[in-house]
Amino acid sequence: MIPEPFEYHAPHSLAEATRLASELGEQAKLLAGGHSLLPMMKLRLAAPRHVIDLGHLQELRYIREAEEKIEIGALATHFQIESSALLNEKCPLLADTAREIGDPQVRNRGTLGGSLAHADPAGDWPAAMLALDAELQAVSAQGERWIAARDFFVGLMSTALAPGEILATIRVPTLPARSGDAYFKFRHPASGFAVVGAAVRVKLSEAGHIEQVAIGVTGVGAKAYRAADVERELVGKSPTARRLVEAAAHAADGVEPNADLFASAEYRHHLAAVYVRQALERALEKARA
Amino acid sequence: MNIRVRINGAAREDEVEPRLLLVHYLRDVAGLTGTHIGCETSICGACTVLMNGEAVKSCTLLAVQADGAEITTIEGLTAEDGRLHPLQQGFWEEHGLQCGFCTPGMILAAHQLLSRNPRPSRSEIRRALEGNLCRCTGYQHIVKAIEWAAEKMGGSTS
Ligand SMILES: Cc1cc2nc3c(=O)[nH]c(=O)nc-3n(C[C@H](O)[C@H](O)[C@H](O)COP(=O)(O)OP(=O)(O)OC[C@H]3O[C@@H](n4cnc5c(N)ncnc54)[C@H](O)[C@@H]3O)c2cc1C
Ligand code: FES
Ligand code: FES
Repeated sequence: MIPEPFEYHAPHSLAEATRLASELGEQAKLLAGGHSLLPMMKLRLAAPRHVIDLGHLQELRYIREAEEKIEIGALATHFQIESSALLNEKCPLLADTAREIGDPQVRNRGTLGGSLAHADPAGDWPAAMLALDAELQAVSAQGERWIAARDFFVGLMSTALAPGEILATIRVPTLPARSGDAYFKFRHPASGFAVVGAAVRVKLSEAGHIEQVAIGVTGVGAKAYRAADVERELVGKSPTARRLVEAAAHAADGVEPNADLFASAEYRHHLAAVYVRQALERALEKARA
Repeated sequence: MNIRVRINGAAREDEVEPRLLLVHYLRDVAGLTGTHIGCETSICGACTVLMNGEAVKSCTLLAVQADGAEITTIEGLTAEDGRLHPLQQGFWEEHGLQCGFCTPGMILAAHQLLSRNPRPSRSEIRRALEGNLCRCTGYQHIVKAIEWAAEKMGGSTS
């Protein structure tokens, strides 16, 4: 299992990388951790003429606090995120999501930016990005733009990134007071990917009502989505056990669930309701603590 | 393309094709066949080596990505005088292998675990081996072997 031959480029700055990406256009593939791209190249499902390795761009490996937000460089690995003291304290949803990905070796290599750009329907990150209303910065030789997570995931393995654009920064808000978050995932027993994954961030009012709630769901449909119907059922309400069950039943409304050998569409639909409810319960517990 | 790497402490420089996988570089170019190829699809972990101290699946890396890196393979754990590393000895003492095919990868994954967490619980050991499959042992003895090594190393991380 050997990839087709290609020309290899190893830029040492983002500016050099964007210039190469714009010059080579659709003939080139960016390489971050390589844990989605290389398996595809080995199977010859992908055979780019040029590979632009972003691995030397140390400038995109940071995790830092910026006012009420946290900024993460696209090249930060899953392991960096899982083990970041800053994230474990101020945005635990990201550290908790990272811990659920693949296995230790995969987490050492795989990157946040690579996962988002790859947009695997069973990938874990999109759920958290949606629940946090993340903003994603795309940089190209022409300049930069910020894309809201809601607009980023366009379809099956397709995103709003244009050819020549490099995902550089991911920006998320820190966890406010009286808030909690959680990621619950049904792992595929062989691959580790999300058969269903639900990410929740919830904020309570002083009186204990749900002031804000955001729910990202992955694994169910062709792309990750916000469970807007569940959110609508809950905002402004008191989170009783019964209300959570009833609201979570709408977790896959309007979505055509994937079906494969492992999980039928009906089963995924069912799992979505169960995992959304469990994630809500855990996030609420944390918000009350 | 020309790459420079240090493998088990020794510097090397080689001209490689960009598509050459790290595992093939280690086995076929550097002649270190202790690193095994199992699934070739990033699942089994038999090809695990340490790159700059981190466990990686060398079938899912290009050799060119290792340019400038420090690689440790199973051969690099044994002391010059042939003394086994406590992890290697642990697998011996606790019968942590049968056919041995998964063993180099298991040991390097365990090596990373003990360097990050010198006193792991059983469940932490199991979690650390999620990326490594064994078709023979049923894992119990592997977990015991790693506990043996952790004990022997007394919480130190060499
Ligand atoms: C055994 C195994 C188990 C896994 N389990 C899980 C799991 O449980 N959950 C999960 O979510 N994922 C899982 N993954 C996938 C893993 O998280 C990948 O690392 C990730 O999806 C891709 O990140 P990468 O850095 O490896 O990207 P790469 O493979 O390098 O790139 C992926 C794609 O994104 C593009 N790209 C990369 N970086 C950028 C950028 N900065 N800007 C624009 N485009 C870019 C590339 O051109 C390519 O098309 C698993 C992978 C393996 C091999
Ligand atoms: S041979 Fe690399 S993971 Fe199986
Ligand atoms: S000892 Fe045979 S595969 Fe593990």
